[in-house]
Amino acid sequence: MIEGLIGKKIGMTQIFDEKGNVAPVTIIKAGPCTIIQKKTREKDGYSALQMGFLEEKSIKKPTKPVMGHFGKSGIPPVRILREFRFAEKAKVKEGDQFFVDIFQEGERVHIIGVSKGKGFSGVIKRWGFHGGKRTHGSMFHRSPGSIGASAYPSRVVKGKKLPGQMGNRRVTIKNLTVIQADKENNLLVVEGAVPGARGGYLLIKKTSYHPESYQPKPSEPEEPKPEEAKAEKPGAEKSEPKEVKPEESKAEESKAKEPEPEEAKAEKPKSEPSKKEKIE
Amino acid sequence: MNLIDLVEGKQFKKDRDSFKVGDTVEIHVIIREGSKERIQVFRGDMIAKRGSGLGATFTVRKISFGIGVERVFPLHSKMIKKVEVVRHGKVRRAKLYYLRELKGKAARLKEQR
Repeated sequence: MIEGLIGKKIGMTQIFDEKGNVAPVTIIKAGPCTIIQKKTREKDGYSALQMGFLEEKSIKKPTKPVMGHFGKSGIPPVRILREFRFAEKAKVKEGDQFFVDIFQEGERVHIIGVSKGKGFSGVIKRWGFHGGKRTHGSMFHRSPGSIGASAYPSRVVKGKKLPGQMGNRRVTIKNLTVIQADKENNLLVVEGAVPGARGGYLLIKKTSYHPESYQPKPSEPEEPKPEEAKAEKPGAEKSEPKEVKPEESKAEESKAKEPEPEEAKAEKPKSEPSKKEKIE
Repeated sequence: MNLIDLVEGKQFKKDRDSFKVGDTVEIHVIIREGSKERIQVFRGDMIAKRGSGLGATFTVRKISFGIGVERVFPLHSKMIKKVEVVRHGKVRRAKLYYLRELKGKAARLKEQR
């Protein structure tokens, strides 16, 4: 249905799982996100959904062009806008709102953020070089050493690890497990760390979203395309919570017999209950 | 920060504030062996408590066959069934690490009356 949400990093803590083991988790305020603009291939050259991240604060003094841009969606002008891929066949429109319940517990997600900036860093901090001796007459401390000898190759190879800007760049962390998705408080709890400082904005994306192979809902269960079933598979297996073990193994058996239709049937209704809710 | 409390709050154990540093305590720990569960009791003096929120831990020290044994428990762990206070000790420190250097009679704690 939709690729993902915009979120804000709140911080890290640890929680206990049902076995009593401790897991490090990051708490993210995810959504609600509203569709502000639908970009289509005919009009804009590519298809995308521009989503707005609803926060307490909106733009203080919106200009008329800004107001016009937000007119269709019917929400106050928000400060954070991001684009997501989407299938033009999908039935979504401006003003549709999405909440954190598009993610299920146990599902894997990709999280994109801007890492903490470390400034212009040397090779020891940036690349983990060991450096030289500090004392005993050594005059070689933190420098990178030889970067290209005189006779051969008498040049610096491309990609040589050298000092430079570290951090403050876009980083994607793949396959983080969702521990909780709390729609009431718009909180998403994922296992592990995510890029950036507290208060930083993040993109949370589904692992199994393929706009090209998206089919509108009603026609789906009968004849899914083979490549679609293939694409859905990894996400489907991971998103199964642990309790439904017997069912899962059963599903796997039937998958072995006739892979495509069974898989798609089992997966589709689950991942796509109608999540559309209009904002007044 | 209150959003973090919201997530942590569900897992707090309310009965975990009845014991203090210096107390002699019996910790009933759930041990899982395969599918079986049993309770093991760890009895000793509580010598330290650290951290806040769900990450808080406490340390219990006992002398087992002449060897000092310390065990660190997460305060809100699900694997602790209950904590029984055997006696309240009279102490003037928050951390009783000095007990590590003492043995025998010197390593006792006075009871609080």
